[in-house]
Amino acid sequence: MGDLFAQWAASGAFDVDPLTLLAIAGMGLVTYATRMGGWLATRRMVLAGRARAAMEAVPAAVLTAVITPMVLVTGPAETLAAAVTVLASLKLPRLVTVAVGMAAVVGLRAVMY
Amino acid sequence: MPPERAAEVRAALVAVVPAAVAVIPFGLLLGALAAQKGLSPLEVMLMSALVFAGSAQFIAVDIWTHPAPWLLLTVTALLINMRHLLMGASLSPKIRHFGTGRSLLALFTMVDETWALCEQRSASHRVNFAYMITMGAVLWVNWVATTGLGAAIGALMGDPATYGFDFAFTAIFLTLVVGLWRGPRTGVAIAASAAAAALVHLLFDGPWYIAAGGIAGALTGAVYGPFDEAVAEAAE
Repeated sequence: MGDLFAQWAASGAFDVDPLTLLAIAGMGLVTYATRMGGWLATRRMVLAGRARAAMEAVPAAVLTAVITPMVLVTGPAETLAAAVTVLASLKLPRLVTVAVGMAAVVGLRAVMY
Repeated sequence: MPPERAAEVRAALVAVVPAAVAVIPFGLLLGALAAQKGLSPLEVMLMSALVFAGSAQFIAVDIWTHPAPWLLLTVTALLINMRHLLMGASLSPKIRHFGTGRSLLALFTMVDETWALCEQRSASHRVNFAYMITMGAVLWVNWVATTGLGAAIGALMGDPATYGFDFAFTAIFLTLVVGLWRGPRTGVAIAASAAAAALVHLLFDGPWYIAAGGIAGALTGAVYGPFDEAVAEAAE
């Protein structure tokens, strides 16, 4: 174990470059700021009416936006596989649904491309 | 552990397992790609531990050069993670009972999957701190370990598309969107978001399409107006 550790160390596994560290710190800080920012801005706010309706639409909208390039803009195999996944999710547990979706995309790509 | 908290932890583990399994090939792949760019396994694990954002890290590794262009990398991470602002604002009323310290800790682990699962749970349960932090901790450990392992064993991984793994997150998110369905208003928000995101994705490079879809969906929500629970219950 000690030998393996020494070998890894000699191969540079534990090297940390100062500019790389600065980049990681910068990325980490801004990412945490985004995670905290929305909560911080709204934590004392009690939303009602249309503002609340807008906020309630956000979860489905953001998730949809994240996957839109894959679902709508990649090709017909991906679009069809997404439709298969949605249908499967109405009846099957999530893990099975994901497996069905992956199998569908592999099969449809083989057939269509 | 009190039985209620144990039940929350169990529910969180059940909910998070599909996402944790799906992320393993991506963690290995990201580590391998980062190693090819000259990052050491320790640097990769530090990045995963402190940034903990898959899409931002993939794009960062893609544009990585030596010496590290730290300002470009920081600004890029900020742009890609802007969606967290909307996510945090939406989750805020559901975790108000956490208190400040626990909120700050739980929010550090807020990734797309934990956030969506908390949003989904909020429909039927009060979102418990143990629930959110258990999911976050599982995904965090999983991410740091698999990216570090990927960097250590190098580019042994093939292309994840071969086995459809590039579709795994799309499939997970589709099941989550289905779980968020609240009737026609959700359909309108999804349609508006998809249309805006597709258009912006085709017109502009970069992750702007995510903000565009989120804002388009929020606007349709505002136009649609408040969800009237009394009417919904009467209709059932």
